Amino acid sequence: MAIRERLSGNEAVSYAIKQINPDVMPAFPITPSTEIPQYVSTYIANGECDTEFIPVESEHSSMSATIGASAAGARALTATSSCGMALMWEELYVAASNRLPIVLALVNRALSGPININCDHSDSMGARDSGWIQIYAENNQEAYDNFVQAYRIAEHKNVHLPVMICQDGFITSHAVENIELLEDDVVKNFVGEYEPENFLLNTETPMAVGPYAVSNYYMESKKAQSEAMNNAKQVILDVAKEFAGISGREYGFFEEYRLEDADYAIVMIGSAAGTTKDAIDKMREEGKKVGLLKIRVFRPFPEKEIAEALKNTKAVAILDRADSLNGHGGPLGSEVTAALFNAKCTMDVRNYIYGLGGRDFRVEDAEEVFTELEELVTNGKEVGNYKYIGLRG
Amino acid sequence: MKDTVEIRWHGRGGQGAKTAALLLADVAFNTGKYVQGFPEYGPERMGAPITAYNRISPNKIRVHSNIYDPDYVVVVDETLLESVDVTKGLNPDGAIVVNSAKTPDEIRPHLKGYTGKVYTIDAHRISVATLGKYFPNSPMLAAIVAISGVIYRATFLKEMEASYKHKFAKKPEVIEGNMNALKMVLQEL
Repeated sequence: MAIRERLSGNEAVSYAIKQINPDVMPAFPITPSTEIPQYVSTYIANGECDTEFIPVESEHSSMSATIGASAAGARALTATSSCGMALMWEELYVAASNRLPIVLALVNRALSGPININCDHSDSMGARDSGWIQIYAENNQEAYDNFVQAYRIAEHKNVHLPVMICQDGFITSHAVENIELLEDDVVKNFVGEYEPENFLLNTETPMAVGPYAVSNYYMESKKAQSEAMNNAKQVILDVAKEFAGISGREYGFFEEYRLEDADYAIVMIGSAAGTTKDAIDKMREEGKKVGLLKIRVFRPFPEKEIAEALKNTKAVAILDRADSLNGHGGPLGSEVTAALFNAKCTMDVRNYIYGLGGRDFRVEDAEEVFTELEELVTNGKEVGNYKYIGLRG
Repeated sequence: MKDTVEIRWHGRGGQGAKTAALLLADVAFNTGKYVQGFPEYGPERMGAPITAYNRISPNKIRVHSNIYDPDYVVVVDETLLESVDVTKGLNPDGAIVVNSAKTPDEIRPHLKGYTGKVYTIDAHRISVATLGKYFPNSPMLAAIVAISGVIYRATFLKEMEASYKHKFAKKPEVIEGNMNALKMVLQEL
């Protein structure tokens, strides 16, 4: 029986952590993810889970301790945001290249500067090439569901990679909304006990973790990581299918909302997708054929599947909540455009930047983007690529 | 679409406007509704103007933007009337409730021509009378429930009693005062 609750996104992820009861959680507080270690340490203090909580003095140390615990053979995790993630930058690569199945609860926040505590995706997008699997959520429900699935993906023998479970800072992390929770034993049975194949504390088979790799070995190591990331695609789908069996909620690489017959599509990540769905319903009532492709899995990048889902559209707007500051677009824009090019798609594609540093994205903003796409196709009215949405006049 | 009731709270950091919005979400949730309760953070400091929001609906809520055209506005701190455009976008068929010892007629000239219903509640007097201290959020929570009708009054009182019993498990002496504060507001509005 599903449990009807109302929780913030941070509470939802903390609840999943409690139900999974991982072995070790080192953490250092940073807004807006601070509540996650706060809630988890309360659960531990109340005896509701027996995770070993390690308060550390920085995020460099939190990820280092998580790596140490994971290499030793423990199921480990941490939580962070923004500059906290920036401080664990080196360790992100160490975790991934050592093939450690760590889960990171990331609450997306703008990476300085100017300093800002609110949501955008510049923190995780900056880490998109660090070798981590990245899974994003629209709301508290998806953040919870994604977290419950994370270890099954990370620990799979064909994957062995760390996973970042991302949600939008404040917008979902601090918003209390309805949610359906799974029962404790259902989550425990689904996630299962962690039985690492190779680990430092296994005295039967001594091993080293993180040794120097000379040029003769380094490239094979990277190729193995690349293969693992590719393998993760099938595992993510398999785990999602099994998760649907216990929850009734279906997940894939992305969600298609009224996309099947759409002429105009928005591609985006995170909480703003819900806002766009309301815009779509409104415009559909006016006879406009508009739809959404909401990315859930950004790493591995589902290139062919995205192109297949968008191939019949007349125009696509890719909305980035992070700017690559490369003079021509954002990370999602570049990768989706490349995917469409490789699939020989010829629709019009425009990249927009929105929601930086918590700038609100409204139903009207989504409507305006769809209208611009329609104007572009029907009247040849050029909106220009790489446009910022919602700038102050 | 408009089966969703949208409420905007204006307060100052430390006054509990965010807590009140989350409490309202809690109570509405307990009556079977879909809810959202969320704060909008600017600079985090005591005394700075803050905004919090509620959406309450019989249907699943997907939108994640702030609220620009609220049905109801709650002003927890009267001094905000001079610095914040509290009635901006407010539905003329809705209402605003201001924490003030003044009458609605005295407040209306400060509301930039808002034509809808205006209510005032003296949360300071009620809070001091029932709790002995100034905590405006319980009275203002009762005020928005009274003027919006999003929850039946009897249901609201029942749910709040359960909520206070849980929240103040270690301070049971404050439960009665808080309940009296709610009842006093419901009688006045």
